[in-house]
Amino acid sequence: MTAPPIDPTTQPRRVSGPGREGGRGPTLARANARAGLALISPTLIIVLVMVVLPILWTVLLAFQQLRLLNLRSAGLFGNFTLDNFADVFTSPDFWGTLGTTLVYAVLGTASAIGIGLIAALALRRRFFGRNLVRAAMLLPYVAPIVAVTFAWSTMLNPQFGVANYWGTRLLGWDEPIAFLSQRSSEVSIFGLTFGIPTALLTVIAFEAWRSFPFAFLFLTARLQAVPATLEQAARVDGATPTQRFRYVLLPQLLPTIAVLSVLRFIWTFNSFDDIYLLTGGGAGTEVISVSVFNTLTARGDIGGASAQALVLAAILAVLIGLYLWRFAPREEQS
Amino acid sequence: MAMTEVAKRPGPAPPRRFNRDAVENRLFAVLRVLVIIALLIVTLFPFYYMVLLSVRPLDRALQDPGALWVGLSELDLGSYVSVLAAPDAGGQGFLQFMTNSVIVALGTVVLTLLIALPGAYAVSRLDFFGRRQISVLFLAVYLFPAILLAVPLFVFFTQIGLRGSLVGLLIVYVSQILAVSIYMLRNYFDTVPVSLEQAAALDGCSRLGVLRRISLPLAMPAIMANALFVFMIAWNEFLFALLFLVEDRDRWTVSLGLSQLAGSIEIPTTVLMAGSVIVTIPIIVIFFASEKLLTEGLTAGAEKG
Repeated sequence: MTAPPIDPTTQPRRVSGPGREGGRGPTLARANARAGLALISPTLIIVLVMVVLPILWTVLLAFQQLRLLNLRSAGLFGNFTLDNFADVFTSPDFWGTLGTTLVYAVLGTASAIGIGLIAALALRRRFFGRNLVRAAMLLPYVAPIVAVTFAWSTMLNPQFGVANYWGTRLLGWDEPIAFLSQRSSEVSIFGLTFGIPTALLTVIAFEAWRSFPFAFLFLTARLQAVPATLEQAARVDGATPTQRFRYVLLPQLLPTIAVLSVLRFIWTFNSFDDIYLLTGGGAGTEVISVSVFNTLTARGDIGGASAQALVLAAILAVLIGLYLWRFAPREEQS
Repeated sequence: MAMTEVAKRPGPAPPRRFNRDAVENRLFAVLRVLVIIALLIVTLFPFYYMVLLSVRPLDRALQDPGALWVGLSELDLGSYVSVLAAPDAGGQGFLQFMTNSVIVALGTVVLTLLIALPGAYAVSRLDFFGRRQISVLFLAVYLFPAILLAVPLFVFFTQIGLRGSLVGLLIVYVSQILAVSIYMLRNYFDTVPVSLEQAAALDGCSRLGVLRRISLPLAMPAIMANALFVFMIAWNEFLFALLFLVEDRDRWTVSLGLSQLAGSIEIPTTVLMAGSVIVTIPIIVIFFASEKLLTEGLTAGAEKG
């Protein structure tokens, strides 16, 4: 779900327990180890049964021609086949979906972190009511996704939405824009006409609105930890605000931004709710998650859905692996 | 940015015709105010619009869709009555949906805490085999797409006949939330001084006694915050509710109910907006009640960068 388990510090924690002060012999340590295992085991069992095993099962399902209709008669092992993957990779829809997913994830992540950074900087200095403003900034992230997508789709409705009402009157739009159901629209700037993917940009804008608070929260926490002396020194040396940001603040924030980018990219890449609720995957916004869902429920094709989901996870793993391999050593130095 | 404070420079600044520092300071002072106002409008407007539409009569909302406020004479709470009433009484049955959501969410909170508290304590305090690997395993769980889990869980719960039951959904929620819950609780337990526990142990307290009399009471605010956090996640969850419960209207959670009704043309938008407000209010109340604890708990590791 949407919760953020951020622990960039995977270094071993300091071991500290009632029995760890040296010299009291191995028995207490052993008792501690036993108690620890006993206390953690319910969690382990649930995670194994409800998370790890299902993931492994998906692998089995992906190699079977299994449909929802003949599900009750099906066992764990059926006739294994590669057909599902052949279908996935030869389908032109899949490559389009993958492209949409990538564009959505990259632009959604970048804009969410960009806005989050601007917000964190703007709210850095104390002013009256700052805490209230900060709390208000977090609302889009905590509010129920169903309610906010409904509010957005009503706002953007071409017939009675408030956006089109004021857009046609104040901004001089020729006709109402169907933000969520129009695949592309012609825009002409300086006599050049080109098409932009309206619905896709709209869901990206929603994603930025929805998740910038997350970046804002973490960047604010990081900003508070920047030692004031650094900036004072820079100011004494005559650095202007932009220079102080570029050479003092930004290097301090970069590791946090890097972690945020990875996490936000993963979650945006996997996200289902937002697009399903806003457009249902129509008008050129079908991402892989939505496609998996439709394959599973509308077509009842369990094997096909599993294969797509596995491919989704594999692509994600490759991208994250590439990122870590390419950038992780450098982060440690900075 | 802290840029408008007048810098106290040692010595007289050399006179220049164009002072970049002064220009930037003035520029950002203005920009900062503009950015804050713009951000506030953008974040809050959808919520304001939600409330606005929910208290306007439908015909007025259709005739004048651009209105940005509501006159007192126009104020109409009929949408709320209509959305809450049972389907037999011509309403949308949100009371039933809310009951379902409360059952699932409270069940998730109780079960998650029962399992996560001992687990978090163990990860924080006790050195057992595989302790470090467990954190990595939990982290990895979160990187897998939820939709990847959705397929096998859907198949599995269909086969054992638990799909469509609130219990099945509850188990899925617990398994999804456990890792975050343990992560947050562990951060809190780490802040409880070990010496207190050692003192209690020296005085003859058993391990469970230490947990019950020392650690839990000290971590109580954190546990409350965690409970509220779990409640929020369970209340907001959509994908698994959709997969598991969609066939039986009596079991819909409030999120699922709203999304399903939003697709139908017969139900007035104003009524659904009232439904959105009803879904959102508990979350906003809980959020403001626990905001400080929550944000601290989540960003505990972030200061290190």
